[in-house]
Amino acid sequence: MSTVILLLITGLGLGALYFLIASGLSLIYGLMGVLNFAHGSFLTLGAYIGWEVARVLGADNWAVFIASVLVGAAVGAAFAAATEFFLIRKLYERHIEQVLVTVGLALASVALFDGIWGTDPIYVTGPSWLGGTTEILGASIPNNRFILILASVLVLLGIVAFLKYTRYGLIIRAGVENRSMVTALGIDVRRAFTVVFAIGGAAAGVGGVLASSYYGYVSSGIGGSLLIFAFIVTVIGGLGSLSGAAIAAALVAVLQQFANFYLGGTGDFVVVLLLAVVLLVRPSGLLGSKA
Amino acid sequence: MNGVKVFLSRPLVKWALAGVLVAFLAILPMLAIDIPGVFPGPTYTPGTLQLIAFSMLIASLALSYHLIFGVAGLLSFGHALYFAIGAYGLGIALRHFGLELLPAIILTFVIGLVIAAAVGALSLRVTGISFAMVTLAFAQAGSVLIRKNPGQLTGGDEGLALDTTHVPDMFVGVLQTKNLYWLCLAILVIVFLVSSWFEQSRAGHVVAATRENELRVRVIGIRPYFVKLLTFVIGGVLATIVGMAYLLLQSSATQKLASADFTLTLLVIVVLGGVGYRWGAVIGGVVYTLLDQRLTAFASSDAVSGLPDFLRIPLSQPLFILGTLFILVVLFLPGGLAGIPGRIAGTRSRTNEPRPAPEKNVLEELE
Repeated sequence: MSTVILLLITGLGLGALYFLIASGLSLIYGLMGVLNFAHGSFLTLGAYIGWEVARVLGADNWAVFIASVLVGAAVGAAFAAATEFFLIRKLYERHIEQVLVTVGLALASVALFDGIWGTDPIYVTGPSWLGGTTEILGASIPNNRFILILASVLVLLGIVAFLKYTRYGLIIRAGVENRSMVTALGIDVRRAFTVVFAIGGAAAGVGGVLASSYYGYVSSGIGGSLLIFAFIVTVIGGLGSLSGAAIAAALVAVLQQFANFYLGGTGDFVVVLLLAVVLLVRPSGLLGSKA
Repeated sequence: MNGVKVFLSRPLVKWALAGVLVAFLAILPMLAIDIPGVFPGPTYTPGTLQLIAFSMLIASLALSYHLIFGVAGLLSFGHALYFAIGAYGLGIALRHFGLELLPAIILTFVIGLVIAAAVGALSLRVTGISFAMVTLAFAQAGSVLIRKNPGQLTGGDEGLALDTTHVPDMFVGVLQTKNLYWLCLAILVIVFLVSSWFEQSRAGHVVAATRENELRVRVIGIRPYFVKLLTFVIGGVLATIVGMAYLLLQSSATQKLASADFTLTLLVIVVLGGVGYRWGAVIGGVVYTLLDQRLTAFASSDAVSGLPDFLRIPLSQPLFILGTLFILVVLFLPGGLAGIPGRIAGTRSRTNEPRPAPEKNVLEELE
């Protein structure tokens, strides 16, 4: 029983991490049709900057930890908005080229991170509580999983509130439904594009700081390796659907943990299999609207 | 000037030029051409031959990807899988099954064919981004399998070294590099001939038409699924063949061959060369390999290490320079390297005529 609880909660923690990336990917794809390969780099930059903040201000207190999360979010948002403004904007309506530009940016930025921070992983420490465990029904759960779940729930609520109650949120929701109609009504959708990129980048930046606490280190590759699973999550959940991404993230990560434990480390295969099955049975994903 | 252009664009003349180029490349190991900065030494030295042979293999691989991405318009993110199947399949057949070279090659070929057909048949049921994701997922599964090292077959992170017991002596050792060089040249020529034959076949025309407008192809009464699958399988099998030659040339296979990054590199090469141009894929492959090699040497040179930090750090990362170059090509040079002559000719013939702005088709947008 305690093993099941442990796997379930660690799985949800990992799923939270997937969601922090997949939410941005899904929003960006839904509104603009861009599959953003540079999204992993937003996360990696957030992780590195978060580590720098913790290093400058001293690692083990909560205020610094929260500050590094916020700075990571801000940096991710700024990087993402700059990407949209300088690279994506020139290529509107040319989806393949947009994907290619983000591929180039991902390659170049990872190489740049290697150049700045070195290729060896940097080990991070946070508040001591984060490194400890909590006993729940006989299972010792690492504490950082709770922070991950809490953060992703906050991000989910934040994005939902933003989409529901603000003017930009309204434009974005309408744009996902039918962009031509929004443009025809005389609303400049392009500013909404930048906003969506910034939101996605901020979520990825938060994910970066928390990922470094989850893995215990920062390296230039963490964004890229998480990105592949985030893609899978996005497609399973249905491209463009935020709630789909949330459900799929939890599903994929929990399944992965259980398969890794009970089926001899086959978690990655099971995820791939799940993706194949979902796409063949329901090509639009769990909550996707268009086939 | 115009006469020359017309003359050069005749098919017969094109093939004759290509023949001269191949003949020149074939006698290259006998010559002593030294281009400092591009090659590490004169062309008869094993190091330079190895580099040129490697760039020809990458060019062949890019050609096989060109069939899938450039001709059929299928954005596959899993092409590296078939290359890895070639390298690892041959390596495992030679080392663990103890087969002779020829049976090992045939076995690997059949495995590549079966897997390409199975993955293609499954993933072609979806289109667009979903297709990209399914192919990516299968390649990822292959990459995980190689890293997990089942039954000690693949060697995991350490890679798989070529077992030379059953490889003819003419392909073993540094002194025999020129034989490997000729092998790679032969493979490049074969892959090029196969892809141009395919592009000019009826299936090639149908798949190109499908890329442009699938609905119209369906209306005519042709089912695009099978020609797309055929293209996917041909591209995959060609990549398997190139993978086998890679193992012979490099004497080992490493797990990064199956990685998503490697497929992205192929995508970069094809786009750099020019999407849709057969020659573009070849030129892109050669230019990319040479650039990658030379930039690595440049990065560790004294000229770079003496620079201040803000210049030294980016310049010491070859991938940063290549990635930036790639972004610039996508933004400002849509036809890639192979499109440059056309662009120059285009601007000359209609100097004052502004290019018509691409008009957005609202109906298409609303579909």
